[in-house]
Amino acid sequence: MEKQTNREGIKGWLNPTRYGIERFAYWLMRLTGLGLLAYFVAHIIETSTIVDGKDAWDKMLELTQTTEGHIILALVIGMSVFHTVNGIRVMLGQGGIGVGKPGRPDYPYNKPASLNNKHKLCIYASIGLAALAMLYGLQVMFGV
Amino acid sequence: MAAIAPQTLEEKPVAVESQSKSITLRISKFNPKTESNRNFVDFTIPYKKWTTVLDAILVVKENFDHSVGVRYSCRQSSCGSCGMKINGKPALACYTKISELNSNTITVEPMDNFPIIRDLVVSFERMFSAHKKLKPYIISEDSEITKDTKEFLQTPEDVEKYLQFSNCIKCGLCNSACPTMATDSSFIGPQALAQAYRYVADNRDKGKNDRLKIIDDSHGIWRCHFAGSCSKVCPKGVDPAMAIQLLRGYLLGFRK
Repeated sequence: MEKQTNREGIKGWLNPTRYGIERFAYWLMRLTGLGLLAYFVAHIIETSTIVDGKDAWDKMLELTQTTEGHIILALVIGMSVFHTVNGIRVMLGQGGIGVGKPGRPDYPYNKPASLNNKHKLCIYASIGLAALAMLYGLQVMFGV
Repeated sequence: MAAIAPQTLEEKPVAVESQSKSITLRISKFNPKTESNRNFVDFTIPYKKWTTVLDAILVVKENFDHSVGVRYSCRQSSCGSCGMKINGKPALACYTKISELNSNTITVEPMDNFPIIRDLVVSFERMFSAHKKLKPYIISEDSEITKDTKEFLQTPEDVEKYLQFSNCIKCGLCNSACPTMATDSSFIGPQALAQAYRYVADNRDKGKNDRLKIIDDSHGIWRCHFAGSCSKVCPKGVDPAMAIQLLRGYLLGFRK
């Protein structure tokens, strides 16, 4: 049946390199969304240990103070920043803001107005801001 | 000029011959009616600067394997028949020059997200039915041919609002590149959505509300996540991603 529909399926999402930075941003948006969802689930499990008493809560908090805990939190910071900034770009674009104006297309038709430099700049800024926030978070957590 | 001409005539064939190189063309062969797996068959094909992928496939058909299934017609990127996956990306075979691919091996496969009929030929049935569903024609009570009515005058600005979207040749490349089409079998697709915008933006048309009602569906316009791949692969500058976001503006109340 799969052969009949010839649908690319989930592997269509997994390779972000074929269609430029916009497709890479789409892939990263999905990845960070799933990462944040996993963090929220883990966060609920973490905070729910408080019902088992102070010792259980302190033990759980110790986990976040390890090197692995700091790295995971730094990743969460990076994912949050990218997802927020790129999310604002996508929301504005989906409202028709910054996607260019329709016009007479010229040969060789390889510069679609919707994939303009404003959007590319926003994507690079989202990645840059996420990296900066992660570095700052690592600096605070490791106290370097 | 007269002195140069004979020299050119003698030297030209030699010069052209020396520029001729060869590539390996890997063609996907698959008949879903009789086979269960896709096979790739390799052919070594000579090419020159302007040889297109379609030219190379036709060389294979003429000299090596006549059974290769390929659909083509105009050979000048106007009919939208020869869309296929070339080195992993959807493109028109007649519009893709081998020399521009910068690869010694060129793999051609049927486009993703369309059922395969045979080898490189896919079925456009679903795309055409989605296109038809969006009422791809001017809806108006008035008619240019009715007695006592005038022609519909449009300014150049009015025309520019929809002109690029009317360039669509229904080749299906946008639907093949779309990540939502890859997983959602009911999604209308960028081709049909761009055509919905083409008519909504036309000031002669009165069917805006009908079309907006059709696309305002759980598998309609809201499934687009603005990955932009549809616009990246469009060979005619239609920019479906722009059309979809502008169309969404009507539903969100940003546009009237």
